[in-house]
Amino acid sequence: MAKFNLKVNGETRRVDVEDDTPVLWVLRDQLNMPGTKFGCGMAQCGACTIHLNGVAVRSCVLPVSSVGAQEITTIEGLSENGEHPVQKAWLEHDVAQCGYCQSGQIMSASSLLYTNPKPSDEEIEAHMSGNICRCGTYLRIKEAVKSASKSL
Amino acid sequence: MKTSVNRRSFLKATALAGGGVLFNISWLSATPVKNQSNGQQEFIEFNAFIKITPDNVIQIMSPNPEGGQGVKTSMPMIVADELDADWAQVLVKQADLDTEHFTRQFIGGSQAIRQGWKVLRTAGAVVREMLKTAAAKKWNVAVSELSTSKGVITHKKTGKTSTYGELAALAASIPVPENVSLKSVDEFTIIGTSVKNVEGKNIVTGKPLFGIDTYKEGMRIAMIIHPPAFGMKLKSFEGAAVKKMKGIIDVFKIKIFNDDYERTFFDTLTFNEVVAIVGENTWAVMKAKKAVKVEWEPFESYSFKRDAFGRKSVVTVPSGLESTKVSQEKMEKLASSPAEVKRKDGDIQAAFSTATKTVESSYFAPFLAHNCMEPMNFFAHVTDEKVEMVGPLQKPELTELALSARLGVPVEKIDFKMTRLGGGYGRRSYAHWAIEAALISQKVNAPVKLVYTREDDMTAGIYRSTYFTKYRAALDENNELTAFHLNTGGNPESPLYENRFPAGAIDNYLAEDWEIPSNITTGSFRAPRSNFHAAAEQAFLDEVAEAAGKDPIEFRLDLLKKAKEKPVGTNNDYEPERLAGVLKLVKEKSNWEELKKNGNPGVSAYFCHNTYAAIVIDTVLEKGELVIKNVVSAIDCGIVVNPDGAKNLAEGGIVDAIGNALFGELTFDKGIPQKSNFDKYRMIRMNEAPKNIEVHFVKNNIDPTGMGEPTFPPVFGALANSLYKTTGKRFYKQPFMDQIG
Ligand code: FES
Ligand code: FES
Repeated sequence: MAKFNLKVNGETRRVDVEDDTPVLWVLRDQLNMPGTKFGCGMAQCGACTIHLNGVAVRSCVLPVSSVGAQEITTIEGLSENGEHPVQKAWLEHDVAQCGYCQSGQIMSASSLLYTNPKPSDEEIEAHMSGNICRCGTYLRIKEAVKSASKSL
Repeated sequence: MKTSVNRRSFLKATALAGGGVLFNISWLSATPVKNQSNGQQEFIEFNAFIKITPDNVIQIMSPNPEGGQGVKTSMPMIVADELDADWAQVLVKQADLDTEHFTRQFIGGSQAIRQGWKVLRTAGAVVREMLKTAAAKKWNVAVSELSTSKGVITHKKTGKTSTYGELAALAASIPVPENVSLKSVDEFTIIGTSVKNVEGKNIVTGKPLFGIDTYKEGMRIAMIIHPPAFGMKLKSFEGAAVKKMKGIIDVFKIKIFNDDYERTFFDTLTFNEVVAIVGENTWAVMKAKKAVKVEWEPFESYSFKRDAFGRKSVVTVPSGLESTKVSQEKMEKLASSPAEVKRKDGDIQAAFSTATKTVESSYFAPFLAHNCMEPMNFFAHVTDEKVEMVGPLQKPELTELALSARLGVPVEKIDFKMTRLGGGYGRRSYAHWAIEAALISQKVNAPVKLVYTREDDMTAGIYRSTYFTKYRAALDENNELTAFHLNTGGNPESPLYENRFPAGAIDNYLAEDWEIPSNITTGSFRAPRSNFHAAAEQAFLDEVAEAAGKDPIEFRLDLLKKAKEKPVGTNNDYEPERLAGVLKLVKEKSNWEELKKNGNPGVSAYFCHNTYAAIVIDTVLEKGELVIKNVVSAIDCGIVVNPDGAKNLAEGGIVDAIGNALFGELTFDKGIPQKSNFDKYRMIRMNEAPKNIEVHFVKNNIDPTGMGEPTFPPVFGALANSLYKTTGKRFYKQPFMDQIG
């Protein structure tokens, strides 16, 4: 066990966990922040997507020991109250069905728009293809990303 | 203000044909309950669905579990409309499992809206009537002079108005009316408007809505280790060393059902004995799981008693380690031999012997894994006093019964809370993991959350069966379809629906089927059986139409005309006019005639789960890559309760079906599932989804039917038929992807 001071959503959180613990489980088990979801545990589905210094990463394969001073942002920290343009666009298009994949989808989409505020359809598809949605909400996700892009 | 609890059985309505479910709602007359979230305001409870505060907040219970089908929005909409509530003031709450006040609290068969329609409306209408009666009393006017709108009652003559909240206390003391009239369709104000998902904001802000998000003080994490192959069972395990690992509490064996337990239809379970590992956190348990040494051995064939909705039987599970290649060959063989005749019209033999042309093709589909994005999980806390269960499941009532039998605890002591489901599609009907969680909690004497890894979820599945159908059709010299023969079956379940179209439209028709027993566990999967039956049949009809030199839509419409005007047999399971209706609509909306000239359209139409759907898909190969340019769907589900919600569901069903048609496949080698995570099990992704989907609804005033399943089955055939146009090849074997290009 080792102690880590993690910067999560702008706060410093102290956790005492094994070095190799994936950030996903630190968030869910230690910090009681279950917005970040478990889907596959091998960087295949995107359900666990968070931002590390604003860049989308899969937290299920990110050992806590590799984070250091980098800033973690989770769905809970994207905005207090669903006010982030991507969250607003998701509501406008009523994207979710079961909703389980959507935290990850939103985190992927928001990181795309940080680096590429006006993505083309192809760029959206390429960036978002790491996130699986069994409910099949892809078209709404694409439209929501475009709406959010316009509002930026 | 406390009034006595006056329980009375108010409404008993037998479900319409097909469901066989009896509604029985006992109503509580007014009982004030403290509202946690609403401070000082007290809720006045009218019935199991409706509570109103004096400041006019209206709480509507959503009885059924929510797994993405939208019932948590659409079912309360129906109540609110008949109540004439202001939707902006409605607070929707998920009901717990409550067999005293609700029936049919489950997800399955796309039936929630259809079977809930009258009950939900009546629940709202009764309360509106009580509120009006209260106003009439208070103002000393006739009830008939009162009108309601958006949670307000108005007496036009005197200009008096009152909110529902102001009248709630008085209204609650009024006897529950025995008869109320329901609105006519043109009086609806909420039904038929697009209402956003009531949980939308909670979803986009990552609130803990799902079973896997359950957290309780002192909670332990549990995982299971199950046999690596179907046909194997636990022989022994070595847990002592693992128990010493950091964060690990216990390692032990659990047995899910007792040998003499009579299983219900939904008590299918993958493996009856598994090793459980319990620890302090998920990561510790995940690591320990890999360290436990377990030995497995093949099992001998065994039997169990089963009661499938009153049909009692003894089910024998065969021994052996099944391989897909072998079972496929078996299926092919069976489809070429006479089987059990399920429907026979006329004399196909004679028709084939005088046929001018015959068409013969066979279709195959593999096992499919459900792959709900939220892996299977459940929370349980078993103590001597009570059993607390929290999690995502589709049939809580049946699971409660199974758990009661297993623990020897009466259902009164068991409490089931239903969380949102991160997908169900049938898989969460078989909640053996809930029982596993309870047994683990009982053993470690602590609250426990059992979580399956993705690998567990995929390799301990209750899969979609694998299927095979051989079709034959005979055409006469006028290119009329004179005979139709299908020999179909599955491992282990037959997909046959012998009374569906085109049965009833052809003079000589023969449907026969067979089943191969298997120890690979299978069960419901989005539109069970229909998902293959439609896929094969709609692809075959395209071939037959081509052989007859007819347009595939006109060909179907001709047959439907015959089914309407001169039906063959009396037991036809569809309304020809409504099926023709969706075909005509999809023809118009897809610009079919144009598309035939400048695109690659494939069409399909199907009726299942009481809803009609027709699909046109247009595909193209761009630099050798498949692009699904457009999908146009036409749907007849009667009144559309929540149009945008229904549209979302249709879009999802279409994308999901395209994904499964192109990529969906699980094979077995000596009983071992050959895929265990998304690196190998290909799921459709955004770049592979259709570029556009149109959803059109037939406008009518027929009582609404479901949307969760019906758009799924016809997509497979429409895709195969479009791919034929694009590639020149017929697609007989799912998944299609490897055969494209
Ligand atoms: S859980 Fe991390 S990508 Fe699937
Ligand atoms: S909304 Fe259900 S998996 Fe995406």
